[in-house]
Amino acid sequence: MPRQRHLPPARGDDSQLQLRLIVAYAFMVLMFLVLAGRFAWLQFFQYDHYSTLAQNNSISLVPVEPSRGRIVDRNGVVLARNYAAYTLEVTPSETADLDATVAELGQLVELTPRDMKRFKKFLSENRRFEPSALKMKLTDEEAARVAANGWRLPGVEVKARLFRDYPFGELTSHVLGYIGRIGPREKEQIQEDGLTANYRGATHIGKLGLEKTYENMLRGRPGFEEMETDAGGRAVRSLRQSAPQNGSDLHLALDIKLQDVADKLFGKRRGALVAIDPQTGGVLAFVSKPGFDPSLFVDGIDTVTWKNLNEDWEKPLVNRALRGLYPPGSTFKPFMGMAALDAGAIGPNEVRSAPGYFTLPGSSHRFRDSKPSGNGMANLSRAIAVSSDTVFYKLAWDMGIDRIHPRLAEFGLGSRTGIDLDGESAGILPSKEWKAKRFSKMKPEYQRWYPADVVSIGIGQGFNAYTPLQMANATAILASDGKVFKPHLVQEVVDPKTGKKTPVEPAPQKQLAFKPEYFDYIKGSMEAVVKPGGTAWRLGQGLSYRLAGKTGTAQVVQIKQGAKYNAAALAEQHRDHSWFIAFAPAEKPTIALAVIVENAGFGAAAAAPLARGVIDYYLTGKVPPEVAGQLQTFKPVPPAADASGPAAAGAAASAPTPQKKTDASPSA
Amino acid sequence: MHPHPLKRLWQAVTAPLDGPLVLLLAVINVLSLAVLYSASNETFGKIDNKLVYTALSFGILWFLAWSRPQSIMMFAPPIYVVGVLLLVGVELFGIIVNGSQRWLDFGFVRIQPSEIMKIALPMMLGWYFQHHEGQIRWWHYVVGAVIILIPGTLILKQPDLGTATLIMASGFFVLYFAGLSWKIILGGGAAFLASLPLVWHFMHDYQRRRVLTLLDPTQDPLGDGYHIIQSTIAIGSGGPWGKGWLSGTQTHLEFIPERTTDFIFAVWSEEFGLIGNLVLLVLYLAVLSRGLMITARAQTLFGRVMAGSITLTFFMYAFVNMGMVSGILPVVGVPLPFVSYGGTATVSLAVGMGMLMSIGNTERR
Repeated sequence: MPRQRHLPPARGDDSQLQLRLIVAYAFMVLMFLVLAGRFAWLQFFQYDHYSTLAQNNSISLVPVEPSRGRIVDRNGVVLARNYAAYTLEVTPSETADLDATVAELGQLVELTPRDMKRFKKFLSENRRFEPSALKMKLTDEEAARVAANGWRLPGVEVKARLFRDYPFGELTSHVLGYIGRIGPREKEQIQEDGLTANYRGATHIGKLGLEKTYENMLRGRPGFEEMETDAGGRAVRSLRQSAPQNGSDLHLALDIKLQDVADKLFGKRRGALVAIDPQTGGVLAFVSKPGFDPSLFVDGIDTVTWKNLNEDWEKPLVNRALRGLYPPGSTFKPFMGMAALDAGAIGPNEVRSAPGYFTLPGSSHRFRDSKPSGNGMANLSRAIAVSSDTVFYKLAWDMGIDRIHPRLAEFGLGSRTGIDLDGESAGILPSKEWKAKRFSKMKPEYQRWYPADVVSIGIGQGFNAYTPLQMANATAILASDGKVFKPHLVQEVVDPKTGKKTPVEPAPQKQLAFKPEYFDYIKGSMEAVVKPGGTAWRLGQGLSYRLAGKTGTAQVVQIKQGAKYNAAALAEQHRDHSWFIAFAPAEKPTIALAVIVENAGFGAAAAAPLARGVIDYYLTGKVPPEVAGQLQTFKPVPPAADASGPAAAGAAASAPTPQKKTDASPSA
Repeated sequence: MHPHPLKRLWQAVTAPLDGPLVLLLAVINVLSLAVLYSASNETFGKIDNKLVYTALSFGILWFLAWSRPQSIMMFAPPIYVVGVLLLVGVELFGIIVNGSQRWLDFGFVRIQPSEIMKIALPMMLGWYFQHHEGQIRWWHYVVGAVIILIPGTLILKQPDLGTATLIMASGFFVLYFAGLSWKIILGGGAAFLASLPLVWHFMHDYQRRRVLTLLDPTQDPLGDGYHIIQSTIAIGSGGPWGKGWLSGTQTHLEFIPERTTDFIFAVWSEEFGLIGNLVLLVLYLAVLSRGLMITARAQTLFGRVMAGSITLTFFMYAFVNMGMVSGILPVVGVPLPFVSYGGTATVSLAVGMGMLMSIGNTERR
């Protein structure tokens, strides 16, 4: 056992403490001397060596861009890829006279005003010793011409760079989003996230859609090439290099053919469609109409085009499926029915009267049914099939908002679904708390919840507002008897090198606790919707599988904010939106969807046939006759043959460089 | 005769402060502003932020210097317990940044509980030994080791080897000044060296890479060795006299990674040269000397072990940072005291300096 050590209360002259202080001090001084020695070695004895390294930059590290991951659909059709092309770049600090150099280059290649404008913008963003792109996507001939004359133009380089391409343009615009030039704010964000090393040499970053959500995986890691440079700072040879780590590919659950059918079925109409596989949560189709051409954004959109797009009254830039908020109308009723059954507000076989209007006790205000004569007597199933408003007014009134809200929240209504796209709207599932908060800046009487507020909520009007995505998700939950997934466009992320597949959200988030017989009951009543006597009976004709659905009509209360006044469009914009939710085959659903067609009137008229066309195609492969001949052909491409695969990236990086001496990209 | 009211105010404000320390820290801070301005490409954004958190840190420093060490000591157990609970919280609910789990997100603020431990651990140990003053037996050191190992292992699990080492070292310094037997210190040191292979076994891949890179940065010049090679070039090319303020080519060409935070010393070295480095070493050594003087004169055991631990921990920061930037120590996330950009680290250093002054003050009262 160590000897006991009693330190007397500290009083200056304690020799133990003295010794320990001296040892500590000696240790610190010694270590600092080691540092001083190291500094002297580096800065005095090795000064010449390091000075040469730094001043001549005789060895410089040039980042080698990784190839961005591809995005392919469930059948292997490539939706986003890369291709190599030459860019003409100028480094201002190395030119003798920048304006003269640019003027001379203007003789060799055609420089449009747009090129010049963009070049000026790059100059202002980049530093003088960084190259700025003067012209992109040179033709081979142009590249050769610059190469031949380049020797008398210091600071001018032709580089092989990778460009992003979205072969299906508008069709995938709201899903894929786009990449664009890294702006000042993104630069800051990259620094904050400590990703500077990852973006050294990078010019583009995911700005929207999947390109943004999966940026970190798509991006990859740059490699570096150690270049020996001559006294003028020009690369003479490559000493060694570390290959970049290419970005991961995204394999989508989305079926581009189905997407195309849905898109064409919309035609010129505005609206959105989201189709989900209820058994996996994978998104099969995700349409928001109209779309836009994403390639406009990749190299910086010009202000006029942007202004036109942004101010277009059809709002092509708005992702309606993700962000558009619409009252669900009668498509709300199946969910309301589940809540009513679960709360015991109505029994499965209980028959109610379904008159032409509903009044509150002590009030003369009539809440009208869409059918003025009413629907006679109806149990809950028939009330859904014929879409009786009065039965649901009464149910809502009986239950009150406090018993409705928590049950409907289970279906994900009023909260973000968590889909792998940025900027999702949460929607509004009304509650007392929500109303108090929403109107908190107004007088107390606006904030209070009135019992009558609940009545119109029962039929999906009132404060209710959901995105098409939320409605599709809720339908999928219903279809799968309560399996809640985070909907996801991406099925798996695939590492290009190892081929390792990482599935996205493969397991359900939770299982809802409603009784199985209630699910069966509500699903049965949705089948009745498309049978004789149901509101969409026409739709059920000639079915080769069991379809279940629900029509809806959303009253348009106001023109969406920011829309420009347009006399021709105004009348149309006041028309109701047409909704349809559906799933099939009813016994074991593999597709659940929600469709909204803006300003198209009654649900059974526009949205329901569209949904039928999409489901027909998905389950039976039958192309709806109205779009026959308009569909594109999609060829699945094996990974190796695609221009952006790892092999091709190598080819792009080692593309013969027109001017060996000034080109910093690998040339051997 | 009464002195002028302004003069009395001045005396009230300066009374708790330790003149030499404040002066030294002021000089270091002013120099650090100059080098930060250069490192951030001659922009003022970070300068403004630094001024704000430096002012805040000084307020905290003053308050602690003004407090009595006995009052500070009372808070040791609760702070330690809260710190440990937060570390457990990190383990359970922490968010992952750059592959390790170090942060707790409270919605309005994100905190790194290991920062709290940097002060809480030595305080707790000081409190513990103070309570057993005059009757310290071997088992008290065993308990002390347990007090060190609880937060130590939690931080190691995050994983954050750098911080865990620093925090455990600060605890060890307390044991050292509390009279831990020389035999154990030397024996423990030998055992540690012997156990290095085992440590290697338990290291994470990224930690092993750092060690390997340190031994030979040229093995991986484009990957992990990049930081070290570039900062070494920056230091070496600074030469005896430096390239001059704002003239560091390595710095301005962005060859130096994290040049406002952990690698700011490379900027300093490149622009101020060997002479600048020696000045900085002398400044730090002066701070350390003053710290040990306060340790020598401390009235209580708590004061003595705290002052000693704070001083030696400050030394560790400076030494480890300059060592890693100049390529003789592995790259761990340790800031250069009062020079590196970063609010949290500065505040925790200021807390230490404030306590040091508080302990120094008991002498004069």
